[in-house]
Amino acid sequence: MSEALLLESVQKSFGRLEVLRGVDLALAEHEVVCLIGASGSGKSTLLRCVNLLEVIDAGRIVVEGQEITARNVDVNRIRRRIGIVFQAYNLFPHMSVLRNVTLAPTLALRRSRAEAESEAIALLARFGLADKRNDFPDSLSGGQQQRVAIVRALAMRPDLMLLDEVTSALDPELVAEVLEVIRELAAGGMTMLIATHEMSFARDIADRICFLDEGVILEQGRPEQILSAPAEPRTQQFLQRIIEAGRL
Amino acid sequence: MSGGEGRRGIVIAVASTVVFFTLLAVAITHAPGWPEVRRTFFDWDQFKDSLPEISRAFLLNVKIFSIAEAFILVFALLLAILRSLPGPAALPLRLLGIGYADFFRGVPTILVIAMLGFGAPALRLNHVPLSTTFWGIVALVLVYTAYVSEVYRAGIESVHPSQAAAARSLGLTHWQALRTVVLPQAVRRVIPPLLNDFIGLQKDTALVGFLGSVEAFKQSQIDAAATFNYTSYVAAALLFVALTIPLARFTDWLVLRDRRRRQAAGA
Repeated sequence: MSEALLLESVQKSFGRLEVLRGVDLALAEHEVVCLIGASGSGKSTLLRCVNLLEVIDAGRIVVEGQEITARNVDVNRIRRRIGIVFQAYNLFPHMSVLRNVTLAPTLALRRSRAEAESEAIALLARFGLADKRNDFPDSLSGGQQQRVAIVRALAMRPDLMLLDEVTSALDPELVAEVLEVIRELAAGGMTMLIATHEMSFARDIADRICFLDEGVILEQGRPEQILSAPAEPRTQQFLQRIIEAGRL
Repeated sequence: MSGGEGRRGIVIAVASTVVFFTLLAVAITHAPGWPEVRRTFFDWDQFKDSLPEISRAFLLNVKIFSIAEAFILVFALLLAILRSLPGPAALPLRLLGIGYADFFRGVPTILVIAMLGFGAPALRLNHVPLSTTFWGIVALVLVYTAYVSEVYRAGIESVHPSQAAAARSLGLTHWQALRTVVLPQAVRRVIPPLLNDFIGLQKDTALVGFLGSVEAFKQSQIDAAATFNYTSYVAAALLFVALTIPLARFTDWLVLRDRRRRQAAGA
């Protein structure tokens, strides 16, 4: 069986700044992997590369057996299979919640408006947003906006979800409602690659944690192993700083 | 701020306004040449005589403006899109767009009108109208398309790249993302500057009179030449102002409505 996601020696630079310096990573079907690491370690860039929002300089990325970084692939077709949720939600402010969710299914997947809407309404209801469907994003709380963003990505029925620090922009009391949604996705068997600063959440939800340091995955393993008994000094240092900041 | 201070502020504002404009009126009406100016520019009988004809001529300005505006809105958007095309393959198109905008923003409008209005009919092209009004409209469309495309482009660039990225991440094509996510937000943001350009266009319709089309300015010129009195100019000016002010208020209302709609709970 092929992996749900496979990265081989992925490299990415912005000008002279090398952000990813040879990342190897494999995700099995239904696996939940959390990426941890300091700001600037390359977590977001890695996710953006998988979604083809950034073009990698070297290496390859394979999704369900198909090399998505090959020449002549249809990037739009690939992106439809990979959901990404951003730190800043990036909802479309000029559209209602419902239209935010149905836009891509109707345009990119050519589903009928009625079908897309009934599916969107069901998804919104599942995540406690049924009564918000006619609201505009600006009138929602951060937690609600982020849940809408997750629903928007889910409406494309992706094979794989990429979550980029989805709780970092939220007030502390709103973090739980978003994490609850992600837990439910994991319970439903969604394959996910999650960049996060929430260590206790990562310990809870991840099948595996990868510590990203200076553009490479320095250490990976089961959550209790990485968070409690890391082998690498750099991982130990990073976790020490997290503990000092009261985040673990 | 307390209610008392608020009332005091209003009283001061009213008082200073009254004093200022009274002084201004006194200064003007006591100027040595005022009786002469009043006779040649503010003659009520002349005004009544010239207004009906100038109003009729002003309909031509409205017609020129309406036709030109419809084309400008579409062409300028196409030009702005052309200039925002990504990728090295689109470079010639981008260059074409830049060259066009640079040229028509650089040449005085009256020159473009003169060159087209006097030059183009001489070509005697088949199936193309010879009327000066037609070529005046073409000139205004060419010039204002350059200006308005810059306004659209500023709007497109003001939409944060994360919006396009979010749309593309969902599998929308570049064109779909532009059409449904970027442009609607861009256009909403540039409505006030767009209107500003259209007020400019309304006024520049008077330049078509230079070609001989009898619009409001040309008509008032004819009246002034016949009577040796310039009150007809004032009548034309008032007609232009009467058209632009409602347009300005309408835009304010549009902007306000959009803001309310987005901030209120949509239900």
